[in-house]
Amino acid sequence: MSMTSKLKEALVGLKAGCVTLDYPAHPRPVAENFRGRPIFDASKCIGCAGCANNCPAREILVLDVYQEIRILKYLGRRCTYCGRCADICPEKAITMSHEYETATGNIGDLQQRLDLFMSTCQRCGRCFKDISPLEQLKLKGYRFDDLSNERWIFRSRAYLESEPVVDDIKIELD
Amino acid sequence: MLKNLCQKMFGRSLWVYHANSGGCNGCDIEVLNVLTPYYDVERFGIKLVGSPRHADVMLCQGPALRATARALRTAYEAMPAPKLVFAIGGCACGGGIWHDTYAVLGPVEKVIPVNFYIPGCPPRPEAIIYGVAVAVGLVDKKVAPVEFKELEMPIPRYHPSDLRGKDEMVVYEKMDKI
Repeated sequence: MSMTSKLKEALVGLKAGCVTLDYPAHPRPVAENFRGRPIFDASKCIGCAGCANNCPAREILVLDVYQEIRILKYLGRRCTYCGRCADICPEKAITMSHEYETATGNIGDLQQRLDLFMSTCQRCGRCFKDISPLEQLKLKGYRFDDLSNERWIFRSRAYLESEPVVDDIKIELD
Repeated sequence: MLKNLCQKMFGRSLWVYHANSGGCNGCDIEVLNVLTPYYDVERFGIKLVGSPRHADVMLCQGPALRATARALRTAYEAMPAPKLVFAIGGCACGGGIWHDTYAVLGPVEKVIPVNFYIPGCPPRPEAIIYGVAVAVGLVDKKVAPVEFKELEMPIPRYHPSDLRGKDEMVVYEKMDKI
């Protein structure tokens, strides 16, 4: 009985074949919604430090060196890849990449450091971020305001009345 | 001759000891996953042993806690001389989310010297195999530090020649006049 059961087991094993991954020789793709190492895009970042304030591991550091340069440093050592920085980023400057082969002998290899230029207010001299995301959402694309009638138009297909408005700027919401 | 042959044959076969100093068991499950036939890390000669006296490599998971730091140090000292330490997971690499609480001393490297870091929370089994392959010398590491710097100021209001110091300790000379 034991002999036959062993033979059956051998047949099952032969049918399954080789299941072991040949991993370091061949790359292994990840799932579509996999969150790997976050990648910071310096050209999109406006330096609002929302990622640093929302990181649960507190590993995105912000340093205002002087008036106009802000340093944003991502350490990468205790990151849990939760993706909250990418969620909170108003400019989508942080993307959770599919990169997981991050083993290294030197922990400093995982750092990302951005030196960001911040605008200065001409009146008070403090730093501010350029335009808030809400304002930018409103101001996206070209604007076709009616200069002769002094009308502020949100969308170019707004209907304009022919008689000019004299008292104040009125907002057309289409 | 037999000794030389053995050293040649088993020179790259690492016997690993699996030390958890207060992690959440996520990394432990991934390490045990690596030892299963699907990821089969024994083809690199890696074998899990139960005692640090038999081991060449220590796999550390979890941060160094106040309660377990001394035990971790003892286990490290019990290993025979050519020894490696792998820090697996975000806790062992950098202290984890609770890196600043009263019970946590910090990353494992505060207690014992660490040779290789495998970040992730938890790292994929493939990432652990990749770290082992980096240590054995089968593949090269992929990550490098990224640095972006503003080479030119967009508005030439404060001239860079007025700045003194290096790196993060920059002082602007005419700060009082602003």
